[in-house]
Amino acid sequence: MRTICLYFEIHQIIHLKRYRFFDIGSDHYYYDDYANEMGMNEVAERSYIPALNALIDMVKTSGGAFKVALSISGVALEQLEIHAPSVIDLLHKLNDTGCCEFLAEPYSHGLSSLANEECFREEVMRQSAKMKQMFGKTPKVFRNSSLIYSDEIGALVASLGFKGMLTEGAKHILGWKSPHYVYHCNQAPGLKVLLRDFKLSDDISLRFSNSDWSEYPLFADKYIGWIDALPQEEQVINIFMELSALGMAQPLSSNILEFLKALPACAKEKGITFSTPSEIVMKLKSVSQIDVPYPMSWVDEERDTSSWLGNVLQREAFNKLYSVAERVHLCGDRRIKQDWDYLQASNNFRFMTTKNTGIWLNRGIYDSPYDAFTNYMNILGDFIKRVDSLYPEDMDNEELNSLLTTIKNQGEEIAQLHKELDKEVAKAEKVVKAPKEKAEPKKKAPVKDATKAAPKKAAVKKEKK
Amino acid sequence: MRGGTKMKVLMFGWEFPPHILGGLGTASYGLTQGMSAQEDMDITFCIPKPWGDEDQSFLRIIGMNSTPVVWKDVNWEHVNSRVGSYMNPQLYYDLRDHIYADFNYLNTDDLGCIGFSGRYPDNLHEEINNYSIVAGVIARQQEFEIIHSHDWLTYPAGIHAKQVSGKPLVIHVHATDFDRSRGNVNPTVYAIEKNGMDHADHIMCVSELTRQTVIHKYFQDPKKVSTVHNAVSPMSQDILDIVPKKNPKEKVVTFLGRLTMQKGPEYFVEAAALVLQRTRNVRFVMAGNGDMMDQMIHLAAERGIADRIHFPGFMKGKQVYEVLKASDVYIMPSVSEPFGISPLEAMQCSVPSIISKQSGCAEILDKCIKTDYWDIQAMADAIYSICTYPAMYEYLRDEGKKEVDEIKWETVGYKVRGIYDEVIKNYK
Repeated sequence: MRTICLYFEIHQIIHLKRYRFFDIGSDHYYYDDYANEMGMNEVAERSYIPALNALIDMVKTSGGAFKVALSISGVALEQLEIHAPSVIDLLHKLNDTGCCEFLAEPYSHGLSSLANEECFREEVMRQSAKMKQMFGKTPKVFRNSSLIYSDEIGALVASLGFKGMLTEGAKHILGWKSPHYVYHCNQAPGLKVLLRDFKLSDDISLRFSNSDWSEYPLFADKYIGWIDALPQEEQVINIFMELSALGMAQPLSSNILEFLKALPACAKEKGITFSTPSEIVMKLKSVSQIDVPYPMSWVDEERDTSSWLGNVLQREAFNKLYSVAERVHLCGDRRIKQDWDYLQASNNFRFMTTKNTGIWLNRGIYDSPYDAFTNYMNILGDFIKRVDSLYPEDMDNEELNSLLTTIKNQGEEIAQLHKELDKEVAKAEKVVKAPKEKAEPKKKAPVKDATKAAPKKAAVKKEKK
Repeated sequence: MRGGTKMKVLMFGWEFPPHILGGLGTASYGLTQGMSAQEDMDITFCIPKPWGDEDQSFLRIIGMNSTPVVWKDVNWEHVNSRVGSYMNPQLYYDLRDHIYADFNYLNTDDLGCIGFSGRYPDNLHEEINNYSIVAGVIARQQEFEIIHSHDWLTYPAGIHAKQVSGKPLVIHVHATDFDRSRGNVNPTVYAIEKNGMDHADHIMCVSELTRQTVIHKYFQDPKKVSTVHNAVSPMSQDILDIVPKKNPKEKVVTFLGRLTMQKGPEYFVEAAALVLQRTRNVRFVMAGNGDMMDQMIHLAAERGIADRIHFPGFMKGKQVYEVLKASDVYIMPSVSEPFGISPLEAMQCSVPSIISKQSGCAEILDKCIKTDYWDIQAMADAIYSICTYPAMYEYLRDEGKKEVDEIKWETVGYKVRGIYDEVIKNYK
């Protein structure tokens, strides 16, 4: 049985505003609300809404045979909630059909998997919880930002309880092997890895409307024909792309949605089914392990991390950002945590690339990599100042952590004791109402507890200072 | 021209190193030296006033002030003592045989030559006219296949030579009056420029920016106008040997150029004031002379930054490189710059550069920061960024140097040669 695994990414960056160095220390709001609203509305209208409607339609007309997977970054979800709630409604509608699986991914769409394990765990679990809360199911399969994967990241993801992970079928990793099988992580055999078929994926997301392409125009029967012509043993065809490819990269006028809608029927004719990633992970066995010593991704011809960390500017910004990761993790300031999510988004680093890929890169408000770097570093300068002002800078993180834990534990203890006290007081009040001679001995207890708690309270106060 | 015969070029220029007043001299030197890499290239370069210390290893220089326009009976020894340091006396006699009209009414010296200042004097138009008169003698005596005129001062000479010899004329636009005047063009200058372009068989511009000006403001056929970007000569050993004087605690931001409207010096001062609002460990240097000098000193005082901004005056030769090597940032905020070689020189010295988008060199440079000349906030931000973030400084320093080292005059020379061949082929 041959099956197609179709997956779409939903992510939009939170645009940073023009932030000059003289704003450092005085302006703590970093975002361009207008650009965010415009960007989100545009992509929702031109791509997300028609595309999601098409997917819902496909599930219905195929009688549930068509299946699809989606992942939504946390930051994109926040933006959708604010600017395009109708997209959320459609996501719920799609979820209700039961033919859509939602995957987990890092909340910020950032590069924490390459920088800080603690930070990575935290944001993956946060995103996972959000998916559970919204769509009722805890994700079983994980996909990293831009499909970044390495052996180490695989092991880490497995330790978080995921059964499968999506990544790129990069040529330099696979060599003679085919991406049309299930593989597993070499450090954690329990984690199955699904590899993207970049040729078939890019045929849709990159080339579909390109009239110079030798296969133009592409029709669904031809496309399914290619899949059908693959060797019989190759069973899993992973087609992964951004959802915005439908409508943004490939305009709706190219009839890309009609192409998509025709796929299930054509596939059915050839006996090809659709599956979600977790179905594949459950059903199919891994044929071999996969060795990825250095991180790879689905970006650029190199399929590595060089589009975010390729030059010294990018690495400097990256290192500066994650130098405060622990502090941010320790703190409880909500605004700082929120800014942290937005600043991590990998797009911020992409803007600073100096690679010449031959493909035009939309740098947003920036007109050069240097401009992008300067703006980001100015913002980061202000952000780091705010983080540093939370706790004394000269204290090392471990010490700070133990103090914070003590404070937290004592706080909990106080709360606990307060509860007990209240209970005893309530009891005592009850007893007071009863005959006096019975109440006498029981009254002693709460008093004793209260004296015990008092000195501790004082100690805590001292520490807080 | 092929197979042993030489490509003989008659060039008219106004400046030639080491005695230069602006970028024109540097460009003339670099271009001719780059062209001389082609072995069959034979260049005769005419300048108003040679000093005798010009490098003639790859071309021949003829001084306009040593070319007779009035016949005088002088002996060899006398000629040799007067012009022998830069010119073969025989050439004097050869030229004397080609005097074509009676110029006795002109003010000539004992050799029958017209005097030239070689600068940009008040009677510039008279000097341009005299230059053209002398060019007639040279064009009659010299053998050449093509005429190449640098900048508007020599266009009349080029036209004259073309009419006398019947050889094609190529003109090289290093600047137009639209750049120099921010739009308030001098009608006389414009007329000379336009006349030169109308008569030229081909027009080379130092940037696409200039090319567009030539096409739209001088109404030239785009087909006959092409862009030939300038390059930069490798640094000589004694410049490489300069040890940079740097204070680790302070950053130096440098502006180098004439303090005049075209170069946008006020934007530099305004940006400096913004940077100094936040940081005090940055010094600003404005090296150069010009009509806006006093105004700039006033402005600096008004902004309260006079203690941090310095005006060391005009720099020449090695001094330029001493200043560059001591700098951490180089800025060229030109309002309109046809090309602008100085950022290339700064990048050669491993100095990160900020240039205005309105300068021609922005078309070929990538490893530098580009801002609009009026956007002082962006400029200040860029200065701050280079001074504050080591990664930025190091990246631009290293990558900028690499980039500029690849921009060579030899390549430009081949491009010019291609245009020559094309022009000669199509010339009836």
